[in-house]
Amino acid sequence: MTVHYTEEHEWIRVEGDTATVGITDFAQGQLGDIVFVELPGNGQQVTKGGEAAVVESVKAASDVYAPVTGEVTEANGALTDDPSLVNTDPEGEGWFFRLRLSDTSELDGLMDADSYKSFCENQ
Amino acid sequence: MTDAAAALLPLNDWHIARGARMVPFAGYSMPIQYEGIIAEHKWTRESAGLFDVSHMGQLLITGEDLDSALEAILPADLSLLKDGRLRYSLLLNDSGGIVDDLMVTRRDDHFYMVVNGATKQGDIEVLRARLRDDVGLDHLTSQALLALQGPKAVDALARLAPGVAELTFMTGDAFELGGMAAWISRSGYTGEDGFEISVASEDAVAVADLLLEQPEVKPIGLGARDSLRLEAGLPLYGHDLDEEITPIEADLGFAISKRRKAEGGFAGATRILAELEQGPVRRRVGLAVEGRQPVREGAMVVDGEGNEVGKVTSGGFSPILEAPIAMAYVPAANAEVGSSVTLAQRGKLFQAKVVPMPFVPHQYVRKGAAK
Repeated sequence: MTVHYTEEHEWIRVEGDTATVGITDFAQGQLGDIVFVELPGNGQQVTKGGEAAVVESVKAASDVYAPVTGEVTEANGALTDDPSLVNTDPEGEGWFFRLRLSDTSELDGLMDADSYKSFCENQ
Repeated sequence: MTDAAAALLPLNDWHIARGARMVPFAGYSMPIQYEGIIAEHKWTRESAGLFDVSHMGQLLITGEDLDSALEAILPADLSLLKDGRLRYSLLLNDSGGIVDDLMVTRRDDHFYMVVNGATKQGDIEVLRARLRDDVGLDHLTSQALLALQGPKAVDALARLAPGVAELTFMTGDAFELGGMAAWISRSGYTGEDGFEISVASEDAVAVADLLLEQPEVKPIGLGARDSLRLEAGLPLYGHDLDEEITPIEADLGFAISKRRKAEGGFAGATRILAELEQGPVRRRVGLAVEGRQPVREGAMVVDGEGNEVGKVTSGGFSPILEAPIAMAYVPAANAEVGSSVTLAQRGKLFQAKVVPMPFVPHQYVRKGAAK
């Protein structure tokens, strides 16, 4: 199991050819109180770098991009009832969706935890 | 204006030391939030929030025969404005559009005016151009402005400035606050009871420290100021009001005093009086949006065929109602409470209902009202 990070502050935890996607603790801190999350539907195809979800804070709406190309297999329904899970447990219970990867080589360009940490420090 | 050019207000370092996230706003670096918008919002509704609004323009208008000089500009009946009383008023252009909204206070032989931060330079130009030459206009650039808002604001402030509890909504007076001179009015922009406190810039840090030492008080950022005023149904200049919108369209007809409605003689009176008579073509209304997703400024109001017939000018998530709310301009035919309205945002349609404003009841302490 490996966790990768994007420059748009998504995390992706990979197990075999499936992966779980969410936004990072840094991202939720920047967004502030999350009041709504719009999730992709099961079976939806998402493209690396393409819009996959929308997260709304009190102040603004932000797009969440797919870190890799694939097919959505599950969305986190718990966020519909309690979007603040993204604030309280962004890299755990506040996950957004799961997908089946089309091309695992797309993971190569993403950051690991250490590189992401230094990336955030320079934000 | 870029980040780098953002000017610093007297409490800049004070905010940073208390963990504020600073953003450029109205040309200044200002605190958007401290612990979080929802927590700050709820704290203000339950206890007392301290806001720095020093970006706003504080003006003094001095000279002879000021009532007639100001009535030529504002649609207020100043003959009814007693000493130490505030009135909400509007700076209008000749076609009846709103140049700014403001508070004007009669203070003994002069008037004190508070205008919006983002528009103050333009306001000053308009006022200078329109006021008689013998009327003095001073921009009080060395005064800071704080607001203490919430049900416990009176308890906290009365400890420091005895006598403020005697003020009622929309009145003000000079006080000593911790030995420093302060002009304090019972007014604000949250819908709660509360006060606005004008002090010398050099005293701002000491006053803010004294207020924050009170157990009821926490510092509140601009983010919660916006969500609070939205719940209170109060329009924000540059968003819900602009030079193309008249007071009647904006549902601010109360700002045009009875005598002025009868007599006219203020900027834009022809159009405004005609709209009062015939009704405006569009009106600012409050909307309760179905579902949980906020519909924000810039979203369209659409008809059955998807044509744009209005626009959302403020929108967000109400922390108190735990639901999305908005202000929008809609055609007069759709402006009645209970009317259904369709909104379009980023290709998605939303259903909404016109509801009365404020969304959350005002808690003003009015003269003569039982506590």
